[in-house]
Order: sequence, then C-alpha cells, then structure tokens
Amino acid sequence: MRKIWVIARKEWAEVFKNRFVLFTVIFMPLMMTALPLIILYTMGTPEEMAGFSAADMPASFADLCEGLSSETCGQYFIVSQFMLLFMLMPLAIPATFASYSIVGEKTTRTLEPVLATPVTTLELLAGKAVAAALPAIGATWLSFSVFSLGVAILTEGPGLLRQVTGPLWLFAIVVIGPLLAVAAVSIAIMVSSRANDPRVAEQISMLVILPLLGLFFAQISGLIFINETMILWMAIGVAVLDVGLLAFATQLFQREAILTRWK
Amino acid sequence: MIVVKGLTKRFGDVLAVDGLDMEVKPGEIFGFLGPNGAGKTTTIRMLSALISPTSGEAKVAGYEVGREDNEIRRNVGILTESPGLYARLSAERNLSFFAELYDVEDVAGQVERYLRLLGLWDRRGDVAATFSKGMRQKLAIARAMLHEPKVLFLDEPTAGLDPEMARLVREFINELKDRGRTIFLCTHNLDEADRLCDRIAVVNTRLLALDTPEALRAKLYDRVVVIHLSAASPAYEKVVSEQSFVRSVEIKDNKLVVGLDDPERNNPELIRALVDAGADIQFVGELRRSLEEIYLRLVK
Ligand SMILES: Nc1ncnc2c1ncn2[C@@H]1O[C@H](COP(=O)(O)OP(=O)(O)O)[C@@H](O)[C@H]1O
Ligand SMILES: [Mg+2]
Repeated sequence: MRKIWVIARKEWAEVFKNRFVLFTVIFMPLMMTALPLIILYTMGTPEEMAGFSAADMPASFADLCEGLSSETCGQYFIVSQFMLLFMLMPLAIPATFASYSIVGEKTTRTLEPVLATPVTTLELLAGKAVAAALPAIGATWLSFSVFSLGVAILTEGPGLLRQVTGPLWLFAIVVIGPLLAVAAVSIAIMVSSRANDPRVAEQISMLVILPLLGLFFAQISGLIFINETMILWMAIGVAVLDVGLLAFATQLFQREAILTRWK
Repeated sequence: MIVVKGLTKRFGDVLAVDGLDMEVKPGEIFGFLGPNGAGKTTTIRMLSALISPTSGEAKVAGYEVGREDNEIRRNVGILTESPGLYARLSAERNLSFFAELYDVEDVAGQVERYLRLLGLWDRRGDVAATFSKGMRQKLAIARAMLHEPKVLFLDEPTAGLDPEMARLVREFINELKDRGRTIFLCTHNLDEADRLCDRIAVVNTRLLALDTPEALRAKLYDRVVVIHLSAASPAYEKVVSEQSFVRSVEIKDNKLVVGLDDPERNNPELIRALVDAGADIQFVGELRRSLEEIYLRLVK
C-alpha cells in the first residue's frame, strides 16, 4: 500500500510538469463548471423563463419536476443536460494523465530500473492508476461543488439546488464518476502499451468519451432521458466493464511483457 | 555469489542466451564480454529477476531465480543499458523515489551519501535533464547502490562516455570492489574488461571462454619473447631454433621474436646460448598479445 503512494507521488511530481497534462487537468474542469453557470446566468430570472412550458420538455422529465414551479423545472431541464458533461472529466483527465505517465516512461526507458526494485507489478499498476484517477475524481468533485455553489447563488429559492444536490446527481458524481475514471485508466494503459507517442496515446484513449457524448446528444435531442433507473443501470454496466478492463490491463502489465513486448 | 547452470533464453525464434554455465565469486569484478547482440543484457535481466529464463537455473546471492525473485531484487542493484532517469525530477528526487521503492530505512541519509560519493551533491536540486551524459550515468549508478546491494550488475557503464568520464566511472567501479561488493560488468570494450576485471567470460550467445585476463592470453597463444640485438643474423636464429623448448623463431629488423611455453624458465638458458654464440643483447622483453586478438579469434 505504501508503495502505491510512493509511485503516485512520483507521478504527480513528474507528469504535472507537462504543460499538456496541466492544461487538461485545470482547463477542462474550469470550463465544465463555468459553462452551465454562464447558461444559467444568461437564462435570467424565473419571469423571463415564464414562456418555457412543460410542452418543450420530454414527458418523462415532468416526473422529476414534482413539486417544482414550472420556471425552476425549466432551469432544471437545461442544467440537467450538463450532468453528463460532468462525467467527461473522470474520462478525459485519466486518459491524458495515464498516456503521458506510461508512454512517457516507455520512451525514456525509466520503467526497467523501477521493475528491478522489489515493487510488485500490481503496486506499480495501482500507483499509476491512482495517480491518474485521483486528480480526475478530485477535479470532478471540486467543480461540481463550485457548480452547486453557483446554483445556490444564481437561483432564487432552494428548488434547483435541491435537485442538483439530490440523490440522482450525487450518485452520478460520487459513484459513476470514479467508476468511469477506472475504465478510462484501464483503457489508457492498454493503449499506452502499444503506442510510442504520448499524444497519440492520449488521442486514442480519448475515444472513451464517445459513448458518453453519444448519451449527451441523445439526451439533448430528446431520444432518452437520464433518470434514476437509467443511472443505476449505467453504474452497473460501467462497474462490470471496469472489472473486465482491469483484468485485461493487469494482464498487459507484467514485468516481462513490459520489458520485452512493449515496443 | 552467482551460480548459473544451463541458463537459456529464447525470444520466439531468436536464441539470445544458450546454455550458460558459470560461477561468480564473492567480491570479484566479473567481466561479461561479448559483441552487440551476444546476449549480455538478456543475461543480466535474467539474473536480476526482470525476465524469466526459458530453461536452466541460476542462484544469485543465495536466492533462486524464478522462485525467490523478490529476494533477488532486494539484494542486487542494476545499472540498466540506458540510464532511465526522470528528466523532469531533480537528482535528489530521482534517488529518493528509488530509495523508497527499495525500502531503504534512512532515505535522506543514503541519498545524500551517494550524491556526495559521486560528486553530485552540489547539483542535487537540478533536474536530471540538465545533466551531462557522464553525470547521468553517475546518478544511475548511485541509484543502483542506494540499498547497498550485495551484487551489482553494470550494463555497459562507460558506453557513450568521453574518455575522461569513462575513466572516472572505472575508478569508481574499482572503489566499489574495494568495499567488498561483487560486480558483474557487461561490456563490449576489451580494454575495459582487461583493466577492471578479475575474471572475464567471453560470450556470444554461448560461453566461449572464462578465465583471468592473463590466463586467457596464455591459454590461447604461446607466449612470445622479443630479444633486441645490436645486429641480428641467421646464425643467431639457428642457435635459438636449436633449443628444444623453442616453438618458433623469426627475425624482425634487429630483433629475434621467439615463441616459448614458459619464458620464466626458458629465458636464462636461451640468453646464455645466444651470449655464448657471441650475440650482443641490448634488451629482452615479452610481447603481450592484446586481449583484442584473443577476443577476435574467439568470437569469429
Ligand atoms: N525483447 C526481445 N525480443 C526479441 N528479441 C530480443 C529481445 N531482446 C533481445 N533480443 C535478441 O536477443 C539477442 C541478444 O540481445 P541482448 O541481450 O540485448 O544483447 P547484448 O546486450 O549483448 O547486445 C539479440 O539477437 C536481440 O535481437
Ligand atoms: Mg546490451
């Protein structure tokens, strides 16, 4: 356990000196926090929202608005679109971080001396995974907190805040976020074992955001709507996926394979 | 300290190391000499528990390769083929990371000790990217020593260094030996092996020869004595060739070049015979075959 931290701390000391990684880890959460708040702000007061009626929303959404004024419900509908965007962070940040941390070590051949130490490959893998996943989860949670604070300040009454900090959102941010980060890390490890350029590895690993973007567009176009059942299934699906991906990544992460087959 | 029996490594169709048998004694500098692609790096990787042998067995510091790998890793240090430093981290941070991975008790103390020993203490805060090739190599050697390993594997420690730096690294290797450490030195540099090593294994996939540098020379060639005369003549050549112990003789300018089995015993008699024949001897010396000739003959 201690060695996992030793490795994670080294990763942070090293990889955060890279401008590209720093950019992703800082800029993306800033954008993801600012964007919904700006939209909320420009949407203006509930009076201006008065024209927004339930008819503009998918029928299923009305269930979620129980007890809310139609204005707040309208705001909630708009802000809801961003829940999925908050989940982009736990996917994108680990993809970037792990690509630089693994392909970087591969091209500079720094892994061999590490593998010569009594560290187990599982500790090494865990150290790298933790190093990539924690900043992502931290950034997600932090920007969600800032976002909730912004909602509290920008909206009148507790209606919208209660929704945004309700079980549905919290479950998505607190449970699904980390599960997605694990998937992103595992995929980045697999891609990194094959790639020789961290930027290429990053771009390929970034493809993990596609399914999420798909969901996002399906939601804005009204095809689906993220509700409790769907989010639960999503969590189960990602958890199962994580187990499979992790098993595969562990398989790739063997001393001999890293030294002789990672080219 | 290291015992190897039938050690073999295959990469698919490529036979990298074939049936290696040898023994390295505690406290010696053991040279592992061979051309590029001879399997030196592969052997070091097997002996430091980085990759597993295809067949055969080996014991390092008393632990069996493949069964007690973690113990082996604790007890050996390795200077890998490329120094593999974290370019963005300081010299000190590079070392402290490894000290922690090796479970060194006094991390700061050991890091300081080796930074000072290798003359890098003043540059401890600088990132490794700013270091010269020689300094990087020194830092990588320091990294291999932090946990005070019993056996130190050095994979071509002076490759790519300028002569001055190479000399400093060699001096340091000699110092390490004085501290009673066993050193396994891979090199394709004959001169280096000759100067540093107590014994040399010549390898090219298989083990071709293993002995002290002197014995390798003696075993593979007759010893040759060169006698400088004020004037050489065929008469003297005849006198020399009549001696029963002489294997070969040849005139070169004013020199007689004589092949002998045992110069220490035969020289006095040979010289007496020449003096009796009236030769003016100016100087007698031994022609030392370079290890290079021996090596090329072996590897071809
Ligand atoms: N990972 C690998 N995959 C396939 N072949 C390899 C691998 N590593 C080394 N070899 C082959 O094994 C042989 C020995 O290589 P190596 O041990 O690096 O030699 P040396 O260090 O003496 O130059 C070479 O023919 C090399 O091509
Ligand atoms: Mg080599």
